Amino acid sequence: MTEFFFNLTWLIPLTPLAAFAIIVLWTNRNRLLSTWVAWIGIGLAWILGWIVFFLSWKNFPELTPPEFGHPVSLYAIPTGSTVLKLGFQVDTLTGLMLFMVPFVCLMIFIYSKGYMNYGTAEVDSRYSRFFAYISLFACGMLGLVVSDNFVTLLVFWEIMGLCSYLLIGFWFDKSYADPKRITPKQAGLKAFLTTRIGDVIMLAGILLLYSQTGTLTFREVFSEETLHTLATTYAFAGVPWATLVAILIFGGAVGKSAQFPLHVWLPDAMEGPTPVSALIHAATMVSAGVYLVARTFPLFTAVHGGTQLAVVAFIGAFTALFASTIAVAQNDIKRVLAYSTISQLGYMIAALGIGAYVAAVFHLIAHAFFKALLFLGSGSVIHGVEHGHHHSHQEHEGQETEFDANDMMNMGGLLRRMPRTGWTFVIGALALTGIFPWAGFWSKDEILADAWKSFTQGGEFGVSQGWSFFVWLLLTLAAFLTAFYTGRQIFLTFAGKPRTEAARHAPESVGSMTWPLIILAVFATFLGLFGMPWANRFFQLLGQEATIMGEHLSHGEFNPLVAGISTLVALAGWLIAWFVYGRKPLVEPVDPLAKTLGPVYTLLKNKYYVDEIYKAVVIQPVIRLAEACYAFDDKFVIDPIVDGVGRFGRWLSEWLKKAIDNPIVDGAVNGVGQVTAAFGEFMRATQTGNVQNYLLVAAVTVLLLLALFLVRG
Amino acid sequence: MTVSHVVFVILSVVALVGAAGVVIHRNLFRAALFLVLSFVAVAGLYILLEAEFLAMVQLLVYVGAISILIIFAVMLSRQMMSPKFKARNEQWLWGLVTALALFAVLAVILKSVSWPTVQSAAPTDAIAKLGQALVSPDHYLLPFEVASVLLLVALVGAVIIAREK
Amino acid sequence: MQVPLSWYLIVAAALFCIGLYGALSRRNAIGILMGVELMLNAVNINLLAFWRHVEAAEGTLSGQVFAIIVITVAAAEAAVGLALVIAVYRNRRTVDVEDVDLMKL
Repeated sequence: MTEFFFNLTWLIPLTPLAAFAIIVLWTNRNRLLSTWVAWIGIGLAWILGWIVFFLSWKNFPELTPPEFGHPVSLYAIPTGSTVLKLGFQVDTLTGLMLFMVPFVCLMIFIYSKGYMNYGTAEVDSRYSRFFAYISLFACGMLGLVVSDNFVTLLVFWEIMGLCSYLLIGFWFDKSYADPKRITPKQAGLKAFLTTRIGDVIMLAGILLLYSQTGTLTFREVFSEETLHTLATTYAFAGVPWATLVAILIFGGAVGKSAQFPLHVWLPDAMEGPTPVSALIHAATMVSAGVYLVARTFPLFTAVHGGTQLAVVAFIGAFTALFASTIAVAQNDIKRVLAYSTISQLGYMIAALGIGAYVAAVFHLIAHAFFKALLFLGSGSVIHGVEHGHHHSHQEHEGQETEFDANDMMNMGGLLRRMPRTGWTFVIGALALTGIFPWAGFWSKDEILADAWKSFTQGGEFGVSQGWSFFVWLLLTLAAFLTAFYTGRQIFLTFAGKPRTEAARHAPESVGSMTWPLIILAVFATFLGLFGMPWANRFFQLLGQEATIMGEHLSHGEFNPLVAGISTLVALAGWLIAWFVYGRKPLVEPVDPLAKTLGPVYTLLKNKYYVDEIYKAVVIQPVIRLAEACYAFDDKFVIDPIVDGVGRFGRWLSEWLKKAIDNPIVDGAVNGVGQVTAAFGEFMRATQTGNVQNYLLVAAVTVLLLLALFLVRG
Repeated sequence: MTVSHVVFVILSVVALVGAAGVVIHRNLFRAALFLVLSFVAVAGLYILLEAEFLAMVQLLVYVGAISILIIFAVMLSRQMMSPKFKARNEQWLWGLVTALALFAVLAVILKSVSWPTVQSAAPTDAIAKLGQALVSPDHYLLPFEVASVLLLVALVGAVIIAREK
Repeated sequence: MQVPLSWYLIVAAALFCIGLYGALSRRNAIGILMGVELMLNAVNINLLAFWRHVEAAEGTLSGQVFAIIVITVAAAEAAVGLALVIAVYRNRRTVDVEDVDLMKL
């Protein structure tokens, strides 16, 4: 039976794809039908995914040796001297992803019905299209995790990139009065282009890998001999192929998982609908980068003590701290969560950088649940505030000024008005900040514990102690800030008294929106229990596999010192947040932090001006260059050539007409006529009309014949 | 050189002179008379050839009918007396040359062939035989009948063509 | 001794050629007709000469029959021809064949 279900794994990405096709081609007009088609598509994927996950969980000892997972080759395409094998595989990593991804997707799909205002007067005009897009996206993510080779991985990677663009810019006709505010259309483009940079680097890495190994199937690339060859042959001075390829592939993860310096697209991606933010930019697509590094982890560990892991660790840890500082000064409820996502992804990447493979994947799964919960909760809050705005305006009939429903300064006291949203949000916040016993505590703590162990006892895979300490320090600081800005967010949004009319009239959201919140909250609470250090199921699942990969992962023990420090730090963050925002809830929409931090606050609020720097240093020069090329081409090269060709053509045709057409062709045609006429004139003379002439001719002819007869005899 | 030879020469000369007269004279009436002379000489030649009946037919038909016909036609088209009227057309020299050349060629041809000589006498009851030949189905009844039809057609045709409108 | 066949033939040839000259060079339509009659006579002489020298011994008379037919045809042709001349004369007031050149291009 196991075999049977494993062989059906390829169906998992295909059911949402079928849903996409059906909605696009047939049920577009019918909103109810589209909703159900999408739900059934993801529902089937969820059921099958959970079956495969549980089977992989039960059978994992048999899954691993001697093959890498349970690969099934679907197509073998001959390409010159090698054969390109495409297929899918199920190993424990895939199984874990199949546990998380379709379930979270399903929750978000259900939530979307309410969010897109189904059944009300404000129902979104492109309702069905939304469900089509998120179905296609689900296909992309699910296909990514079941791929067994780089080619299909790339294909699904790009599908997700496309859907991200389409979904961020879903409300492409929205524009703002303030020209500095980025519109959804621009945000979509920004996301696509920025991740593109990462994708190109990743593609370079994959191509180099192919050129060195001649294969793109994971099983073959990550085999002992191939890895050994990659680690010992050098691309150029002192840099083995494995290191180079690993760093290049990591480039793709930097783009997709919004790590510094390619993080700029994620906050602006919040212009998309909130389910999109939850689905793509919290739970799934951004974790695809982490998944990529996890999947190609053997490459990263091929060279003992190599620079690739150091690069990964540095970028991860730096991003974690960097993003959390920015989150402190943001007023948009979704942007706080966006920077929080960037920061948490940094955690995962840093964990991978110091070799804490299991901890990274554990945090990935846990984060997906509680970040999705937080985003959906924020969407519910925004929804409520918007409704409140409409109702209050209908009462007052004032002028229509631009009201930002996302701005936390316009909220306050919503716990009383939206209890289910509020309490689930609080649970998510507790999970995020790593408070015992919520999920975030276990996963974050494991990362910190691994870092500390690496620092004190020497790292695995040759990770240096220096890096390990660096990682531990930055991540702990980031944990403090995480708790602070999350607390700030909770107190500003839910505590105190409503600061605006809109907040005063905000209603609780519909069932299709609140039920997913509740379900996700349950997961956020209890998921952590699977990763407790003394009974770490995750480690059992993944560690075994890692061992077969040739790695040796040591079991992370429970370190009370580290746990204590991290809990202390988190509590400190909450306390200070309460002190500033919760004790005396804000009445005026002015942040007290602005006064305290002064210019630092401005710097944080403007995200360290990274966007502006990029615009000046990268974008403007490229645009200038393009304009220069255009001018050069058009004025000096292309136009003269085209005009020249045209003029030459005309001259040629006229010359041909004079030289050939008139004398030769016309001459021939006219000549024929003239010859015929001349001949006719000549022959005309014989037609005299005089019978005697004819008779004479006949007589002469007879005479000649007779003479001939005479001569010849 | 027997009598027949002499008679032959005389008759031939008359016939040829008559013919020459026909083609030379501008005055058509004179030409017609010369034609009659020629016809008569030819009839004599027929007698020399022991085709007596045919000589009679020649005289009756040609001299008696056709010549008269020609003379009547000449009368009905009264151009014969006009002095401006030339007898010959523009190609007369060509015609003369052709005729002479033709005669020359024919003469040469005729001289070069060895002709059969007369074996025996001609049949005595030629007329009876001729009559039989003309009306006997085994012989020439069909051409005879066709010739009669031809005469009928010619008669009708001539009347119609020459009719006064 | 009989007159040799070749003499007759030569006389007939001469007569024919004279008739041909007449047909070719006379202006007057009736003159042309007279030339044609001469040619037919020459033909008759030929026929009968051959009959006498070749066929008469056998007792058949096909030569004479042929000659009779020729005479018949000549008569018919003369009749029709002269009728035509008269008709043309009535229409065109001329018997000059050079004036009857409507078929000229």
